Amino acid sequence: MSLNLALKVTDLDNVATIFANGITDGTEVEIRDKKGQSDFTKVIGDVPYGHKIAVRDIKKGELIIKYGEEIGIATKDIKKGEYVHVHNLDSMRGRGDWKD
Amino acid sequence: MEFMGYVRPDGKVGARNYVAIIPSVTCANDVANAIHRQVLGTVTYLHHQGCCQLPPDLERVTDTLISIGCSPNAAAVLIVSLGCEGTDHERMVKEISATGKHVEIIHIQELGGVSKAIQVGTDIARQLVIEVSGLQRQPVDVSNIVMSIKCGGSDTTSGMASNCVIGYVADKLVDLGATVIFGETTEFIGGEHLLARRGVNKEVGDKIFEIVNNMETRAKSLGCDMRKGQPTPGNIEGGLSSIEEKSLGAIMKSGTKPIQGVLEYPERVTNQKGLWIKDTPGREPEILTGMAATGAQCMMFSTGRGAPQGFPSMPVIKICGNPNTYTRMEQDMDINAGLILTGDKTIDQVGEEAFARLLDTLSGKMTKNEAIQYCTSIDIHCLGPVI
Repeated sequence: MSLNLALKVTDLDNVATIFANGITDGTEVEIRDKKGQSDFTKVIGDVPYGHKIAVRDIKKGELIIKYGEEIGIATKDIKKGEYVHVHNLDSMRGRGDWKD
Repeated sequence: MEFMGYVRPDGKVGARNYVAIIPSVTCANDVANAIHRQVLGTVTYLHHQGCCQLPPDLERVTDTLISIGCSPNAAAVLIVSLGCEGTDHERMVKEISATGKHVEIIHIQELGGVSKAIQVGTDIARQLVIEVSGLQRQPVDVSNIVMSIKCGGSDTTSGMASNCVIGYVADKLVDLGATVIFGETTEFIGGEHLLARRGVNKEVGDKIFEIVNNMETRAKSLGCDMRKGQPTPGNIEGGLSSIEEKSLGAIMKSGTKPIQGVLEYPERVTNQKGLWIKDTPGREPEILTGMAATGAQCMMFSTGRGAPQGFPSMPVIKICGNPNTYTRMEQDMDINAGLILTGDKTIDQVGEEAFARLLDTLSGKMTKNEAIQYCTSIDIHCLGPVI
């Protein structure tokens, strides 16, 4: 098994989760889906174990998809390979701070 | 397929054989605890409810404590009442006794205070323990299993490893005619449509949307973003970016079978089989209590960050999805699902291992939390204020 693995849950996902330690800015990772298909990209940002990267460019305002479902919205433009987390992903649920 | 369990007068099967010392109100806790510490073979439930609450919550507390007392893991029950509380302790005696088990009650104020109540309670508890400690396990069919499920200290490994293992076990149990219950309504937010479409009819689907809507309304009630409340700081540090992501991973533990219905928080299972939801929050004390109240003999608990908690009378099997956490906290983790992410095992393989561990646990093998007595995660989820 590849040491620097980023797993997609479904083919629809635009993020993959890194299950490897020591993935720092510039490290090459293998993005793999359930069918075993691979893509390789260099990571942008230091990504801790269990955190996500984009598998393609994502525009600000675009939905972020994991498990084939919406997990939030991009609050900035995100490049392929870039670290995706609370700094550039906003949830759309439980938002008591939003006026309905 | 069988396990070894205690067959109770009402036909339910227990995996443990405790004398349950149940304080009817928080003010009785210290007496209940003193009796428990003196008498071997007892458990107690140090909750914080039962008075100065609105009537619907007092009903809820009473019903939950009754369900805890009715659990087949309890062979006999001693209720410790203060005497002036809001909980309906008479109804507790009546409804728990209806299961056929021996129920006693003491009232601290009536007996003349703390030390007298401890003395009387200790003698009663000792008698009950002697009475039940000779009961023997018998082989029973696995369809008698009522298994509850939780995920806690989740990270991104939960939705891709440990919850998938539990989903495998849940599916297997449903196919074997057993009962499986999951909850944590907050952690349906973002995935509730996937659950609703698995409801056996429209009413079940509608009920799922209703309980999620109620929970989300509660979460928004202070006018802030619920992030850091849910997901927790630990979830976020572990890579979960939103409640939607947490929920989509969380619901993996429910497997793939149809959802039969939604149980209210205090409700216990009577004859229901298959997969059920119980409406609970995500916090451990409240959901472990709600799940024990179903009559579940055991809980399967998925974790990524490492959650050591257990419940007084229900063994908790920890399934750890994070290989780093398993290495660090192996003493507290029963099953290593991190091997799925390292490529060493498949979900099915770890699922079979977890299922075998379930049967062993039900038949008497201790879980890691039981052995170290990390067993006090208990409280009753109430809807209204303390007044």
